[in-house]
Amino acid sequence: MGHDLMGQIVQYIQSYLSSDQTPGAAGNMFWVLVYILAVFVGLSIAVIAMNWLERKILAHMQVRLGPMRVGPHGLLQPIADAIKLLLKEDIIPAEADVAIFWMAPFMVVLAAFTVFIVVPFGPTHAVTDMNIGILFMLGVSSLSVLGIVMAGWASNSHYPLIGALRSSAQMVSYEVAMGLAVVSAIIMTSLNASGTGTLSMIGIVQAQQEQGVWFIFKFFPLGLIAFFIFAVAMVAETNRAPFDLAEAESELTAGFHTEYSGFRWSLFFLAEYSAMIAVSSIAVTLWLGGWVRPFPNLLSGSTWDLIFSLFPGATFLFLAAMCFFNAARMPKHPFFRIQTIGLAGFGVVLGLIGLVMLVPAVRIRVQDIFWFSAKVAAFMYLYIWYRGTFPRYRFDQLMQMGWKVLLPMGLGVLILTATWPMRHELLSQVITPLWHVMLRLLRLED
Amino acid sequence: MLSGMMLVGGILVITRKNPVHSALALITVLLAQAAIYLMLYAPFVAGVQIILYAGGIMVLFLFVIMLVNIDRAAKEKTFNSQWLVGSVAAIALGGLFVAVYIKGNNIFPEHVMPGVADNSNTQNVATLLYGQYMFAFEIASLLLLVAIIGAVVMAKKRI
Repeated sequence: MGHDLMGQIVQYIQSYLSSDQTPGAAGNMFWVLVYILAVFVGLSIAVIAMNWLERKILAHMQVRLGPMRVGPHGLLQPIADAIKLLLKEDIIPAEADVAIFWMAPFMVVLAAFTVFIVVPFGPTHAVTDMNIGILFMLGVSSLSVLGIVMAGWASNSHYPLIGALRSSAQMVSYEVAMGLAVVSAIIMTSLNASGTGTLSMIGIVQAQQEQGVWFIFKFFPLGLIAFFIFAVAMVAETNRAPFDLAEAESELTAGFHTEYSGFRWSLFFLAEYSAMIAVSSIAVTLWLGGWVRPFPNLLSGSTWDLIFSLFPGATFLFLAAMCFFNAARMPKHPFFRIQTIGLAGFGVVLGLIGLVMLVPAVRIRVQDIFWFSAKVAAFMYLYIWYRGTFPRYRFDQLMQMGWKVLLPMGLGVLILTATWPMRHELLSQVITPLWHVMLRLLRLED
Repeated sequence: MLSGMMLVGGILVITRKNPVHSALALITVLLAQAAIYLMLYAPFVAGVQIILYAGGIMVLFLFVIMLVNIDRAAKEKTFNSQWLVGSVAAIALGGLFVAVYIKGNNIFPEHVMPGVADNSNTQNVATLLYGQYMFAFEIASLLLLVAIIGAVVMAKKRI
C-alpha cells in the first residue's frame, strides 16, 4: 500500500516532465510549487546581485572603486547590508496610520512578485500561461501604485506625501503611453493565418517564432518606435533615474519611504528591483523574442543550435575562470587567506554549475531560461547605465514628455501598426478612389 | 468566501470615518469582484476590472482624498439620518431581489452563451462588441468623448 502510494507520487511528479505544457496548464500542483519557489529564490538572488552590481558599475562609471571591504571586491556587501537591515530598529512614527503603514510594503511586494506567475522563461518554463497574460501583468503591476500611495499617506509627514503624489501622478500618466505601445505589439501577433492575436505571454513569443522576426524589427521602424516608447515608460513606471522624482534625495530625502526603516524598507527595495525585472521581462517578451535565441534564421542549422546551446555552461565557466584569476591575484598576506579561499570556492561552485549545464539533457532544458535571463540582464544593465548617465528630469518636463511626446507617438504608432498590414487594400480601395474624386472635383481629370 | 470579502469590504466602505480607509476597503471590494469574474470564465473582464478600477480610478480617488483636509471630514457624522427614505428604498430593493429569486427562472431563462467557457474569451468579447453591439458600443464611446471634452472645457478657464 505504502509502496503504491510512493509509486503514484513519483508518477505524479514525473507526469509533468514528459509533457509540453506549463505546470499550471498541466494542473500539476507539485511542479507549480517548485516553479514558484524557484522563481522566488531566483528573483531574490537576482536582486542581491543587482544590489552589488549597481554599486560596482556606478562606481566604475564614476572612476571610483565601490564596495571593496566586505569580501573580495565587496562581493559579500549585499549580505552584510541585509543583516544590517534585519537588525535595525523598526520604527513606526507616532502620528502614522499604523495599519496602512504596515500594509503598504506588503502591497508593493505582492504586486511586484505576483506578476512573475505569467512570465515565460521558456515555452514550458512559466508557472502558468494565462489567456490574458499581458493584461494580468499590466494590471497587477499597476497595483503597486496603491502601495506607494498608501506608504506616503500613512507616514503622515511632508516628504513621503509629496513623494507619493509625484510617484502616483507619474505612474498613472506613463501607464497610458506604455499601454499604447503594448497594444501595438499585440496587434502584430494577429498577423497569422487565422487572423486572431493573443494576449498570452507564451503565445506572444510563439507568434514571433512563427513570423520569424522579433517584433522590435517588425514593420521597421514601427516596432522600434513602440519599443522605444515602452523602454522610456518602463523606466518612469519603476521610478528609476532619470525619472526618480518620487525619491529625489536632494529634494525629498527618500520620497515615499522616508519614514520606513529596517525590514520594511528592505521590502520596498526588493519590490523596486523585482518590479524592474518584471517590466524588463515584459519588454523582452513583447519585442525581443522572449526565450528565442539570437539569430534563429540567419544562423540556423544543427551546428549553430549546438553552439548556441553551449552558451549557458560557457558563461558559468567564464565566471568561474574570472573567480580563479582574481583569487590568484589576491594579496598574499595572511589577512586575505580566508577571502582567497572563499573566492576560489565560489569559483569551484560556479564551474560545477557550468559543467552540469553542458550535459546535453540539461542543456536543452536550460537554454531558453538562459536566453530570457540574459536579455533581461541586458535591460538591468541599461537601468544602471541610465542612472550613471542622465540627470534627473524636472516634474513639468516629465509630464510634458509623457503626455505631449510619448502619448501622441504611441497613438500614431498604434494607428500605423494597425493599418500597415492592409496598406495595399487601403491604397487601392480607399485612397486611390478618393484621389480620383478629388482630381475630378478640381477639373484636372475627366 | 469572495462574496463574503465583498460584503465586509462594502460595509467597511460606509462605516469607516477616515475616507482613505473607505477607499482602501473599496479597492478590496473591486479586487474580490475581479476574482469573481475570473471564476465566471470572464478573464478579460477581470483583467480590465483590475487595470481600470483598482489600478486607475481608485488611485485617482486616493489622490484626491489625500489632498482634502481629513481632520474636518473625520469629525462630521458618517450617516445622514434619513431613516424613512432609506428604509423604503432598502425594502423595495430587497423585495425586488426576493421576487427575482423566486420567479427568476421565468424572467431570465437559463442560458449559456456558446463558447464562453472556451479559451478565447477576449475574442468573444471583441466579436460581440464590434459585431452585434457595434452601435451601442460606438454610442458609449461617443458619450465618453463628450465627457472628456466637457471635463477639459470646465477645468481649463482659458483655452
